[in-house]
Amino acid sequence: MSAVGERPTTDASGRGAAFHSPPAGEVLRVVEPTLFERSRPGRRAVRFPAPSEAARKAAASQPPLPDAARRTAPLRLPEVSELELVRHFNRLSRLNHAIDIDFYPLGSCTMKYNPKLNEWAARLPGLAGSHPLDPGPLSQGSLELQWLLAELLREIGGFAAVSLQPAAGAHGELTGMLMTRAFHRSRGEGDQRRVVLVPDSAHGTNPATASMVGFTTRTVPSNARGGIDLDALRGALGPDTAALMITNPSTLGIFEDQIHDVLNAVQAAGAIAYMDGANLNAVLGRFRAGEAGFDVMHFNLHKTFSTPHGGGGPGAGPIGVSPRLAPFLPAPLPLLIAGDPATVRANAWSGRSTPDARFALEPPGARPTAIGQVRTFGGNFGMHLRAYAYIRANGAAGLRQVTDDAVLAANYVRVQLGDAYDLPFDRICKHEVVFSARRQKREHDVSALDIAKAILDEGIHPPTIYFPLIVEEALMIEPTETETRETLDRFVAIMHDIADRSARDPEAVRQSPRTTPVGRLDEAAAARQPDLGWAFPEADRTGATLSG
Amino acid sequence: MTYSPHTDADRVAMLEAIGVESVDDLFADIPESVRASRFDLPPPLTEQEVRAELSRLAGLNRIPEVSFLGAGAYRRLIPAVVDEVVGRAEFATAYTPYQPEVSQGTLQSIYEFQSLVCELTGMEVASASHYDGATATAEGALMACRLTGRHRVAVSRAVHPQVRRVLETYCSGPGVEVVEVPADLSETGSGLTDLDAVRSLVGEDVACLVVQEPNFFGLLEPMSELAEAAHAAGALIVTLVDPVSLALLEAPGRYGADIVTAEGQSLGIPLAFGGPYLGLMAARMNAVRQLPGRLVGATRDAAGRRGYVLTLQAREQHIRREKAASNICTNQALCALAATAYLSAVGPEGLREAAERSTIQARHLVATLEMAGIAARRFTAPYFNEVALRLADAGPRHAALVEQGILAGLVVEPEYPELPDTLLLATTELTTDDDIRRLAAALGAAA
Repeated sequence: MSAVGERPTTDASGRGAAFHSPPAGEVLRVVEPTLFERSRPGRRAVRFPAPSEAARKAAASQPPLPDAARRTAPLRLPEVSELELVRHFNRLSRLNHAIDIDFYPLGSCTMKYNPKLNEWAARLPGLAGSHPLDPGPLSQGSLELQWLLAELLREIGGFAAVSLQPAAGAHGELTGMLMTRAFHRSRGEGDQRRVVLVPDSAHGTNPATASMVGFTTRTVPSNARGGIDLDALRGALGPDTAALMITNPSTLGIFEDQIHDVLNAVQAAGAIAYMDGANLNAVLGRFRAGEAGFDVMHFNLHKTFSTPHGGGGPGAGPIGVSPRLAPFLPAPLPLLIAGDPATVRANAWSGRSTPDARFALEPPGARPTAIGQVRTFGGNFGMHLRAYAYIRANGAAGLRQVTDDAVLAANYVRVQLGDAYDLPFDRICKHEVVFSARRQKREHDVSALDIAKAILDEGIHPPTIYFPLIVEEALMIEPTETETRETLDRFVAIMHDIADRSARDPEAVRQSPRTTPVGRLDEAAAARQPDLGWAFPEADRTGATLSG
Repeated sequence: MTYSPHTDADRVAMLEAIGVESVDDLFADIPESVRASRFDLPPPLTEQEVRAELSRLAGLNRIPEVSFLGAGAYRRLIPAVVDEVVGRAEFATAYTPYQPEVSQGTLQSIYEFQSLVCELTGMEVASASHYDGATATAEGALMACRLTGRHRVAVSRAVHPQVRRVLETYCSGPGVEVVEVPADLSETGSGLTDLDAVRSLVGEDVACLVVQEPNFFGLLEPMSELAEAAHAAGALIVTLVDPVSLALLEAPGRYGADIVTAEGQSLGIPLAFGGPYLGLMAARMNAVRQLPGRLVGATRDAAGRRGYVLTLQAREQHIRREKAASNICTNQALCALAATAYLSAVGPEGLREAAERSTIQARHLVATLEMAGIAARRFTAPYFNEVALRLADAGPRHAALVEQGILAGLVVEPEYPELPDTLLLATTELTTDDDIRRLAAALGAAA
């Protein structure tokens, strides 16, 4: 890519950089220059105080930084004024779709409203300013919050114990698989149990996680009803099976109604039952994985418990475990070391502190059975406190309502789109419903991708497409519980309209999107000739003036 | 309190459209035998009650008036403009940019982030972020195993103990052996990774040497020599760096680093009791296909307009499944945005000022404590903005100061039994002369 400035450009109509929806039929597309193009030598936003004379004098008595260690390369960070910085990011932000702008029915991602109250809580100085290594007497609030959240998640999932350490769902999976291996090793079966069974509808993270732990993956097919093929599962289970990793409700949005038999078979084979909790929003208060017999499940706080997804993170992926896996939980755990747990809980639920309660982190090495540590410090605390605020705001009744309304919304969409798109598994769904655009593809050469791009032109985000892999031309719709009926109706109308247009004028659908900041991008070129970072003009490189 | 928009009339209408009597009918597929028997959670709270509860917990924390605690997480200035940027709902409430046409804001900011990480580290390609510096380092070591086809990793004892633990946990997955390289922590020691031990321990079967610069004790390692020693055995060098230090210290790409990782918390991210933080990872372009995590690339649309997409996804779990370079999916995108906003807010001059003020205050601190005869440097090697000090009764004096709202850094002994009576103290641009006076006075009085 040419490094020399590509200035903000507008379309041929010559109008200025505009970010509002264009008038019907008109397209206004804008390129925001990179920070590097905005940069001008000598501009800046933030300054720091110079060290005092006294500090300099005292410091002079100490050995300085050795010259040999000093930077020799110029440091070409952007040089911009604060207003330019603000405009740059605000202009970029307007090129994004987000929950706070409009509907975001991205299946498997639970794009529900992220309450502003949580953001307020995250910015409380007493929480945001808490250092992870602050001695216990200074961090009782952070530790109590983590302990309480673990207690709440334990109850929600029906588990014996919880670790908040994993930073994301896939990280929770990794933790769970490491614990699975530690469990088998503790029984002298570590060498023998090397296979993880994964349904063909699984998230890609499941097999990838199994590989990271040195397991091999064996795929179990689905049956005609969208559940797991029980006979195939029984055939695959054996003395070499380490675990079954299963998402329930599945990525088809279907509750595994043979789950009882599945769990019995897994248990009889001596394997661990892992539940991917990505779809927990569908079953709050109705199904508790731990109680049902799962050994381990990760929670996605950024899905079920409303912490913002941030354009790809941070999330948080705490795990709940059964009694037999609890000894292997990563260290350190936040512990209540003085005080009665029931009293501490009861007080906290009424907004009171317990005077004699004391919390502490497990000291290093205190629990030799632990698999170790999966990240520094205690996990994504900023997400923990948001999830805690959310669970407390909702309470038991609210969380049940969340699930009821999420499932209600998905079924409401299901029954209204069944005439326009194929429904490979036509049965009551949970929080999401998976359609197929195979009819549109076959009859009009309009693919799921084309339909997604046409949806973009309507100002809403498309469903997840081409996943799960077992559904041809998949359109995976998860409306969530926070969307009004009017929004759902509008979405249904849009989907019908696109189905009609696919038949009437397929070429126009294939040409979408037309109203987005950029058109379809050449992904093949991006992969063929990777441009993964700003290329400074050569003059800069050889100019070699060390900043400062 | 619930965030559901539905009225009872809405629900009735929706149930009618679906053709069921009650919402329970939608859960008929959950067999009786596995239904939840309980859901014993506290009652719902209103906004003012939630505020009171979170304020209660925040109030149980005590933020020290004066703190010299660092050890992997640093109290630094977060410019107001950074919080403003990450608070934009268009960034905060977007998902992973799977539809590039409506995600250009996120995608371009990640492209800028990758560019900034390359510029700081002197490397050629950087990933879109990892969970934290430790997991980035662990994934870097596993990447080195894939690149070299070797299954053993050497790590210096002068690397942050928690990072070493995470490294060991990750390496235990595929059965990669972790060998510890000693550091010279003797009475008159340098505090640095033992170079001779590196030469003898890093052999033909070792994939990489993992070191930290500045190391856990704030000391500057002989990076070129370490890199040479690793390379002589055909091993790679994975260096965990402090991004703020790179305003003053040599870019790792210039001393031969193969994989550079960093904890990015210092770049505009609050302490928040340990997270969310930001893992940085950078490498050479010829290793890009083994790089774990998302990557954003620039490309064009049909009209020739510049745009950005997730690219080289054939490395990733959603495409490659069990053959992926890593299982990472969700990362720390909003924290990467904070770092991008931070680095452009401070610019090259500001980052240099922050780093320099930090190092000068560290020397000011050491000079003050040494002059008063309170403490002395524990190690001889040059230091950056963090320093290990020896003083009598370190533990009890540290505890006594906590009571006064003064946090005299970290007591090192629980992690390093061979280092009794040692405190690790960090200074940053926020450390004032008065902080140093108060610490010296309190430590003197607690003698």
